[in-house]
Amino acid sequence: MAEVKKIATRESYGNALVELGKEHQDLVVLDADLAEATKTGIFQKAFPERHFDFGIAEANMMDAAAGMSTAGLVPFVSTFAMFAAGRAFEQVRNTLGYPHLNVKIGATHGGISVGEDGASHQCCEDFALMRTIPGMVVVSPSDDVEARAAVKAAYEHDGPVYLRFGRLAVPVINDVPGYRFELGKGVTLRDGKDITVIATGLMVAEALAAAETLAAEGIDVRVLNIHTIKPLDEELVLKAAKETGRIVTAEEHNVIGGLGEAVCSCLAENCPTPVRRIGVNDEFGHSGPAAALLKQFGLSAEHIAEVVREMVK
Amino acid sequence: MTNAEKKTLAVTACKVRMGVIEGVHGAKAGHPGGSLSAADLFTYLYFKEMKVDPKNPRWADRDRFVLSKGHTAPGLYAALANRGFFPVEDLPTLRHIDSYLQGHPNMNTVPGIDMSTGSLGQGVSTAVGMALAAKTTGRDYRTYTLLGDGEIQEGQVWEAFMSAAHYKLDNLLVFIDNNGLQIDGEVAKVMSPYPIDEKMKAFGFNVININGHDFDEIEAACEAAKACKGKPTAVVMKTTKGKGVSYMENQAGWHGKAPNDEQYEIAMNELRAQLAEVEAK
Repeated sequence: MAEVKKIATRESYGNALVELGKEHQDLVVLDADLAEATKTGIFQKAFPERHFDFGIAEANMMDAAAGMSTAGLVPFVSTFAMFAAGRAFEQVRNTLGYPHLNVKIGATHGGISVGEDGASHQCCEDFALMRTIPGMVVVSPSDDVEARAAVKAAYEHDGPVYLRFGRLAVPVINDVPGYRFELGKGVTLRDGKDITVIATGLMVAEALAAAETLAAEGIDVRVLNIHTIKPLDEELVLKAAKETGRIVTAEEHNVIGGLGEAVCSCLAENCPTPVRRIGVNDEFGHSGPAAALLKQFGLSAEHIAEVVREMVK
Repeated sequence: MTNAEKKTLAVTACKVRMGVIEGVHGAKAGHPGGSLSAADLFTYLYFKEMKVDPKNPRWADRDRFVLSKGHTAPGLYAALANRGFFPVEDLPTLRHIDSYLQGHPNMNTVPGIDMSTGSLGQGVSTAVGMALAAKTTGRDYRTYTLLGDGEIQEGQVWEAFMSAAHYKLDNLLVFIDNNGLQIDGEVAKVMSPYPIDEKMKAFGFNVININGHDFDEIEAACEAAKACKGKPTAVVMKTTKGKGVSYMENQAGWHGKAPNDEQYEIAMNELRAQLAEVEAK
């Protein structure tokens, strides 16, 4: 088998900004002394006059972006997820969310796959925080193809969007003919009748790998890629619940407040269905190589397969 | 400024102050103290200084104003209403459940509000963004923002000041309403930000100290700001909290409290007397 191509979605973000920046003069990028890591440095190189480094001052950067948007610019404001959703939460809530301003938050280094920097930089709370803001669109792309499409869709959407990207290079899985990205629309990557795995971000590839393994064991797994955590594609989730009767969710986020709970809320009110949530189990991460951390925290195809086996038993 | 102009501004400022009292009395809540200390600035900005069009509040080339100390919305609303953005008769609906006049400014419901504010320290950053956007797009509107002296205890304010100087935002004018009082008492005793002027100078601002109730001094500061190239200007205004209503002046207790019916009558009578006095000049 040919080597699977791997690209970090933060890299996709930087590249997509350059592509969009060529077409749209109103696109500006703000960063907080992390341009090298968030990959907005790629944009900075191409369009230095439209890239603004605000230094290590995320609160001011977030609100400055809000001000710029009122003058007709479309700011993509970037820093690590921890600081975009965490440190600047109240700025996002009050000054982007409340007035529903046209600002896009490009948050990189989401989840524990940040790796060696450890718990202080491994944001597993951003979906929860951003989901609570009325009108906020929350996007978590699974690979390079989807990340680039998401950046374009965010630009075209009128209103605040939170985009979560990762540090770790992840396999390209959406490089298929007919691929289409639509905000708020989940994607059925694999049909199946026994159980559904609903995944987001880098867990989508793990879910596909698990489904492959389980197929060999005679378990027919449906795989949904939910790239937009809010608004959730409830129709697709309910259809899967009705047709397969069991749900497993998988995300690189605390099991509290993220995709799993969004799915549970939807199901509890509309179609009560047994669910198991895979994610970080309400604990902090720690330093280590990303791949080892993911394995240790159960964010792997193997763990998904185990949980599925238990559920269909 | 001619004497006639000054008289017109003084008359308007009285009406703005009456609008503040109408608003907070109607709301049975709100923030009169800081609205009254800034009433002369609101008046000067909306009746003399800023390019605005009440018929077209979102005019792309208008000058911008961000009320970073958003709790003094009653003062800004009174100025906007008197300027014709919406009816003065609506001021007493402030904070009512079905009113567009929210307790803190909402840019999507109130004509003339350029930014939703209320959480202290954030407005000034949005003003930086507006001024930076003008530089980026080559537009010549100016951006004005007003902060409270208590508000500058927020760390984000200093991030904003740092960035304003860094980006050489000479199209940005920052006013500090130095009335000396905040909810818990004297600013100097709660958490001293002094010396404000020296600190802002150190942050790269062109700093001007004025009496915030003197239209000549406000005008001179605005003109000096326009003449100063390559750096933002800060105007530190010495003001009186509660200015114009005797029992509210210099009283921290009137930061966020509405007058009862009796106190309302006293305040309105005092302001009517001041109005008659300036009109007779």
